[in-house]
Amino acid sequence: MIRSHILVCGGTGCTSSGSQKVIDALNSELAENNLQDEVKVVMTGCFGLCALGPIMIVYPEGAFYSRVEPSMIPEIVSEHIIKGRVVKKYLYTESTDENGVEHDSLNDTAFYKKQKRVALRNCGVINPENIDEYIAYDGYEALGKVLTTMTPAEVIQCIKDSGLRGRGGAGFPTGLKWDFASRNKSKIKYVCCNADEGDPGAFMDRSVLEGDPHAIIEAMSIAAYAVGACRGFVYIRAEYPIAVHRLQIAINQAKEYGLLGDNIFGTDFCFDIEIRLGAGAFVCGEETALMTSIEGNRGEPRPRPPFPSDKGIFSIPTMNNNVETYANIPQIILKGADWFAGMGTENSKGTKVFALGGKIVNTGLVEIPMGTTLREIIEDIGGGIPNGKKFKAAQTGGPSGGCIPASLIDTHIDYDSLAAIGSMMGSGGLIVMDEDNCMVDIAKFFLEFTVDESCGKCTPCRVGTKRLLEYLDKITSGKATMQDLDDLEELCYYIKDNALCGLGQTAPNPILSTLKYFRDEYVAHIVDKKCPAGVCKSLLQYKITDACKGCTLCARKCPVNAISGAVKEKHVIDPAKCIKCGVCMSNCKFNAIIKE
Amino acid sequence: MKSLEELRAIKAKMQNNVQLRGVDDADSVVRVVVGMATCGIAAGARPVLNKFIEEVQNRGLKNVLVTQTGCIGVCRLEPIVEIITPTGEKTTYVKMDADKVSKIVHEHLVNNRVVEEYTIANADK
Repeated sequence: MIRSHILVCGGTGCTSSGSQKVIDALNSELAENNLQDEVKVVMTGCFGLCALGPIMIVYPEGAFYSRVEPSMIPEIVSEHIIKGRVVKKYLYTESTDENGVEHDSLNDTAFYKKQKRVALRNCGVINPENIDEYIAYDGYEALGKVLTTMTPAEVIQCIKDSGLRGRGGAGFPTGLKWDFASRNKSKIKYVCCNADEGDPGAFMDRSVLEGDPHAIIEAMSIAAYAVGACRGFVYIRAEYPIAVHRLQIAINQAKEYGLLGDNIFGTDFCFDIEIRLGAGAFVCGEETALMTSIEGNRGEPRPRPPFPSDKGIFSIPTMNNNVETYANIPQIILKGADWFAGMGTENSKGTKVFALGGKIVNTGLVEIPMGTTLREIIEDIGGGIPNGKKFKAAQTGGPSGGCIPASLIDTHIDYDSLAAIGSMMGSGGLIVMDEDNCMVDIAKFFLEFTVDESCGKCTPCRVGTKRLLEYLDKITSGKATMQDLDDLEELCYYIKDNALCGLGQTAPNPILSTLKYFRDEYVAHIVDKKCPAGVCKSLLQYKITDACKGCTLCARKCPVNAISGAVKEKHVIDPAKCIKCGVCMSNCKFNAIIKE
Repeated sequence: MKSLEELRAIKAKMQNNVQLRGVDDADSVVRVVVGMATCGIAAGARPVLNKFIEEVQNRGLKNVLVTQTGCIGVCRLEPIVEIITPTGEKTTYVKMDADKVSKIVHEHLVNNRVVEEYTIANADK
């Protein structure tokens, strides 16, 4: 009889911090103590707290161990598993309060308390490679309900009523999209799942596919029934090997159970899914480019109209949704449109998953009801900024999005309020920046990305983004004039208006939003030839102050011999030789070296 | 998969297996705590614990959490099992064995009747 379950995260984050080794150590330690029949080790999807991985939870106590290493396993097994004494020193520190009292449940900790897990509900709970566990948590019940008791029109109405909007970023109402697709009279139609998650810093689609792949299969089947499709494609990038592997296992299991294939649940409904791998081009997240890529052609967008709902993959009408959008569908069917519409704000219903990254304590994956403020996400759930630094801005929407400055930290996060302040929901990457980040440098980073990823089909994007980057280069190296700044802004609007697809149309956003809120930083670079945050190397100078004791350490460490001076006398940096690597500053024991 | 019934049969079978991972309503949980320190284990706590889990799963009791703890203190009366209701009332059973478990599950956990003869109050009678 199994008396205890040990759940170990097998998401990409924890896998790279060594969770497989933890699982191996657990299994051998349990076998050594002859406990393999009493204790079950389960590999799950992402718990969300990636910064503290590998994560391990021991049930029935619900003890939450973080940063688990194989060397801790013998102690955890002998103390906790055999004697029932939770090894407190290895627990996630937040799971006990300041008096050392344990919270009854993980849900009471600051990281989880304000979260509402809908799309992520099974991540970190079930074994994603076991269809039975998914079924135990109401899996495929929604598909059964839809096929046996609802008409396609009723399904579409339910999704419409729920107010669900596309989670890929643009926020198009999902029910409406399904409605358009169902109106097409074509005999053959396809549904497609966009799992080409390309924003730097975003990883929620990967986590859903790794932690709950059956939810996507179930949701695609429901969508196919609603719009009258017979075949589904999941377009996923090959850089997500764990997600691809688990999704393939899930598809195989669903076929074995007859949940994919012919006459599902004894009805006339037949549906099958196949995986198409992408080579990791950012533009292939754009739906027309994605479909071109599935067809085997070079991933380039095509003009719309015709829209994919008329001419999609292989010119067959195709309905395409994002992974996270799909992940909400089975829950909406089971719990009702009203339940879903009860969460969130007036025009943005439900929850949204964000991948927290950058200068934040709890790097990881969080799911919050729409309308939660940025402050709650950063300060409460995210645990604030490390090293006591000040919050400067948050970047949402990746290379297509914009910045939210510290002054707008109380903005409620939903589609419309983010758009109103010049940012966007995007797919859900949320990068936090502190006072050490230079906003011009951030804009440059994203432009470097779009220049790399521009497919080259249309001129505004191919040439325009390159020109934008050149302007930014000029600014950060102190060679720009105020005229350049005006030209830069004008070119931004030109590209926005003229690019063929979303990639180009949104590429100037990082510049426009940083210009809007941090124009003074641009001006400081251009007029004062200074980088206020101390990031842009060309505008920096390292100097030795009078605090120097003449210990010669910096002179010995300098890789280009730019520092001279006699023992016990103040040293001097030769700016002509200095490459601004910062080695002297980090080695100085007297804090005598400053950069300005 | 030919019918919803087929799906629900799998679900019912599997639910026992995943029940350990958290109970829906934490406030209504009856906790069964088995003393599993060296003294308890030496006195035979492990078969007692396993028997509890087996019985609870077989009967599909939803709001019972079987867990373990360290030394309860009265080592001479081990194996010791404490049953704690959601309101905090505690019953301590002593000198447990697998046979006693079945009766306690049936009487105490299902019918909410304390099995007086196995409690610590009657231990030395």
